This record gives sequence, structure tokens and C-alpha cells, in this order.
Amino acid sequence: MTTIIETNSANTYSENGIVYPSSNVMLDLVNLKKVYPTPNGEYIVLEDLNLQIMKEEFLTIIGHSGCGKTTMLSMIAGLNNISDGTISVLGKHIVGPGPDRGVIFQSPSLMPWMTGLQNVLLGVNKVFPHASKSQRIEIAKYYLQKVGLENSFNKKATELSQGMQQRVGIARAFAIKPQVLLLDEPFGMLDSLTRGELQDILIEIWNKEKITAVMITHDVDEAIFLADRVVMMTSGPKAKIGDILNINFERPRTRKSVLEHDDYYKYRKHLIDFLEH
Amino acid sequence: MKQSLTLGKVTKFIGIAGLLETIKDLFTGNLDKEDFKNFLRKVIMPLASVFLFFAVWYFGAKSLHDIEADRLIKKALVEQGPAEAEKVRACIESGEKTCQPNSLPSPAQVWGAYQTLLADHYVIRADKKAFIEKTAVLNAKRVANGEAAIVYTGRPSFVDQIFTSIITVFAGFLLALFIAVPIGIIIGLSETLRSSVNWLIQIFKPVSPVVWFLLVFMIVKTFAKNSDADSAFIICFISVGLCSMWATLVNTAMGVSSVDKDYINVAKVLKLGPMQKIFKVILPSSLPLIFTGLRITLSVAWMVLIAIELLAQSPGLGSFVWEEFQNGANDSNSKIIAAMFVIGIIGFMLDRIMLTIQKMVSFNKNDGI
Repeated sequence: MTTIIETNSANTYSENGIVYPSSNVMLDLVNLKKVYPTPNGEYIVLEDLNLQIMKEEFLTIIGHSGCGKTTMLSMIAGLNNISDGTISVLGKHIVGPGPDRGVIFQSPSLMPWMTGLQNVLLGVNKVFPHASKSQRIEIAKYYLQKVGLENSFNKKATELSQGMQQRVGIARAFAIKPQVLLLDEPFGMLDSLTRGELQDILIEIWNKEKITAVMITHDVDEAIFLADRVVMMTSGPKAKIGDILNINFERPRTRKSVLEHDDYYKYRKHLIDFLEH
Repeated sequence: MKQSLTLGKVTKFIGIAGLLETIKDLFTGNLDKEDFKNFLRKVIMPLASVFLFFAVWYFGAKSLHDIEADRLIKKALVEQGPAEAEKVRACIESGEKTCQPNSLPSPAQVWGAYQTLLADHYVIRADKKAFIEKTAVLNAKRVANGEAAIVYTGRPSFVDQIFTSIITVFAGFLLALFIAVPIGIIIGLSETLRSSVNWLIQIFKPVSPVVWFLLVFMIVKTFAKNSDADSAFIICFISVGLCSMWATLVNTAMGVSSVDKDYINVAKVLKLGPMQKIFKVILPSSLPLIFTGLRITLSVAWMVLIAIELLAQSPGLGSFVWEEFQNGANDSNSKIIAAMFVIGIIGFMLDRIMLTIQKMVSFNKNDGI
């Protein structure tokens, strides 16, 4: 393991010798621990997990199934209790879930009795209570257009395909203008063609909005294509961060340019070596 | 959007659309050989089952009738001698109504009873109309003088009794709805409440309608002592409501407590307030289960109504059946069976209405019901 992460003081933070001012830190996980009680004693899922995520950074997390990636993400989202340690957003410790952290779930999780537009509005209404009704509809429609659903505003969620539903999920997450976007294998249930399409849509919106994003994935190519840094987690129990890989491709990226880049296979080999070691 | 009520919609509603379509195809020559299996399944088999049903009924009734007739003749032979026995035999064979033995009526007898009941209804209706016309002037005078108007107090016809029963069942159903749905939502939302009242639900759910009736009677008696209200009707519909509400209560609580975790997570992430969470997420997602409960409630209500009316002497189908049984006239048995079919068909229609509503609120159209 070549990466050293240390949080030496409140003002600065260094990684691989590069020093960042702490004001650039969006999301800070310090000594994070998660314990599940079982009949045979405590099961420690995560322990001593430290990670800092910069503003406007796209971070992907890769690791074996059951290593605690999703647990970590849902702790950041506030949906899962923290056993020990802290998580802070812009220096403030989080308490429970909130719209400052948007989540795109693995299943689209749309309310099936609502239309696509209503699903997006559900969040928009909450986050922009002082906007007029037509303004809120404008916001929702804007993001639905961004994900390519301009013709399906009023379709019921059940009438949309899985891929279309996940597009609504993306629109819903961006429309509430979160500080941090958390993505839990959002494309895991889709076929590879649809997955590629949605990756393009996601990265296109992200290029515009530059919301700090943390995404879990199983797909090595997806991890490289989207990320500024790829975090590799060790297998549980007591999972922690095994390695971090910086992806130095320029943005905006295209799939073609990434695939043709000289470093691509180097990165890919690095990740696969880690997963198979 | 205006929707016209077409034959197609009606038949689809009661579930025989396929049958009529196929019969139509048969007559218009649209039926090709591939459809023959379909034709067999959708037309021949249902018709055969209807035919079989009536055949079993007819022959069953006939043999029961013969056994009873033999008994009558033998009894006459023993008690009054061969001459009298021969007279009884002749009387039975002549088909004379008054000397038929009292046994399971045949389909024809039931049809006859049904027509008698209808004819009786028209007689009573005419009678009632004449009464109202006759007393119109007098009543106007009485009302003007501040006295109570004279109302028709003749016996209700079979059709009147059907309507009384339907009104009672709807009153009971609404009572069940207004009690069970809110309580179901409240206990569904709170795990603590759910476990603390669970014993109560488990104990009261299987209580028989008769006992519910007695319980309601004990309570309503106290309140209704000096009131003019129709206490039989009140007792009836409250018992029906209390007896049938459990399915809705349990289903509502289950629907509310088992909302998909993903939806709850979305609500949490969006930090929806408690009211928004209940009305925008929890209730819509549990609506299908609530309506499944309501559908069971309505069919249970209709089923127990007959027993409860019988006890309460409320002028509905239940007491009609009981009175006919007590009456023991020649056509009483036939009337009971006629009432049985009416009860069954109305129950079937009520269930279909609920099923249609249930399908309308179900957001997942693929859900098999």
C-alpha cells in the first residue's frame, strides 16, 4: 500500500505529499466505525476508516461484495447509525439524513403512484419551499430534460423502463441541489448499453453542476471513467481503505478518449490487481 | 371523460365477457378451428357446469321429495288405514300444493317462489301508493296542526327487505371503514402501539357475529331506551361493522407498517415532514392493501348481516329467511332458497364492485388479485 493519508491538523490535510487547505474538504470521515451486534458477539464491519473528499471531486469506491461499501455510504447519507467516529459535511457533523446529501439508490425507488415529474417535485418542493409553484415545476422539468425525459413528464413511474426510472432518480437527486451526491451502485441493475448511456448522462450533468460525488460500483471501467480518485476497500470484517488511485484524465472526458489514453490500462491493472490479490 | 355503460363493460365487469365474445363469434362465423379449444373452455364447460348443477339439484330434490312422500303414505297407512293412504298418494301425485311433503324444493318451485315474491312486491307497492294518496290530505292537515303524519306500517315486500339489507350492510361497512382505517394507520405507524394492542385484535377478530350482536345489544339498549331511533337497525349495522372491520384493521396496519424501505429512505433523505411522509408516501403505498382489506370487510359484512338480521329482527333478508322458516307454509322452503340465491348474487356483485375499485387504486397493474 503506497498511500498515506493523515489528518494532521484542522487546517491542512495532506495526501501523497500534496497539501490541501482544509476549506477544500467537503466530506470528512474520521475514525469511522460500524458495529452490528450478533448473537455471537459484535461484528465489526468498518473500523478506523478515514477519508476526506474534496469539493467538486468525483470519488468512486470499489471493493468486494459485503465489504461494507454500502454501509459506509448509508452512514454518510445518515440512514445508518454511526457506531464510532464522525462524519462531517463542510466541517459540520452530520446528524441523520438531510437534503444536503442527495442519494441515488441502487433501485430507482420512485414512488410508483406518482408521475416522473411528481417524483422529482417531491424533493424540489421540500428544498425550495419559498419558490412559486411554477418555478418549482420549472426546476423539476429542467432536470428531467437534462436526463433526456422531456417526453415523459407525466408518465407514471410504473410505465417507465428500469433505465428511465433511474434517469428520474438522477434528476430527483440533482434537482434538490445537494452539497454531496451519494450513489449506491446506481447502474448495477441495468444492462451494459443502458449503463453506458446513463454514465454519459450522469457525467454530463455532473460536469455542469460539479457536485461532490461519492459512488459505489462493482465495475472497474465505470470507476475509472467517472472518477477523480478511486478508493479501494479491503474485504470485511473490519474493512478499511486499502488503496487510493488518482485518475488524472482531463475533464470533460469522453469514453473514447479515456479508452485510448495510455494510462488507462495501467489504472485498470492496478484496480484489478487490488481486487484479485 | 364521459363513459357510456355498454353491454361489453357490464359483461366484463361481471366476468363473462369472454363467454359472450365467443358465442358472438360462433354465430357470426368468426370461429376458426384454433378457437375450438377456447370455445370448449369458455362456453361449453361453464354451460355444462350450470347444467350439472341444476341436474344434481333437480334429481336430489326429487329423491328427497319421494322419500318424504313415502313416509307420509306409510304414516297414513299405519294410522288411518289403506283407503286414506291411497287418498294421500293420489293427492301427492296430482301435484296439489297443499298435500306436498315439506322437503328441498326443486328448481321449478324456487323459480315459482321467486315470481310469487315479485308479484307480492307489486301488490304491496300498489297498496302503499294507494295508502299514501288516501292519507295525503289528512297528513297535510295533521302536519299543519303540528301532529305527526300517518305513515304506512304494512309489512315490507321482499324487494324492500333486500334494500333494507343493502342499506344496513353499507352503514356497517362505512362504520368499519371509519373505525378500522384510522386505527389501522395509527397502529401501523407505531411498532409499540402495534405490539401493545395486538392481543386485543387477536382475541376479538375470531368472535362470532352472534356474540357481537349480543354485545352491541347490551350497550345500545342503554342508550336507545327513550329514543325514537330504529334500534334494531342501529344494533344491526353496528354489529355488522364491528364484526367485519378486523380484516381492514389488520390489512391497513400491515400495509402501513410494511411500506417498501426504499420509499421510507427517500422520504428520510428528502427530510419530508411527518404529515407529508404519511400522506405522500405511506398512505399511497399502502392503499392497495387497505382496499384488499375493505374488500374482505364488505364480503364478511354481507355474510354476517344475514345472521345478525335474523337475531335482531331487523326487516331485512335475514329476518325474511327466518320468518319463512318459522312460517312453514308450502312455499316457504322455496322462498328461502330464492332468498339464498339473491343473497349470493348480491354478495357477488358487491365483491365485483370492490374488486374494480381495488384495481383502480392499485398502482402496480401487474399485481395479480
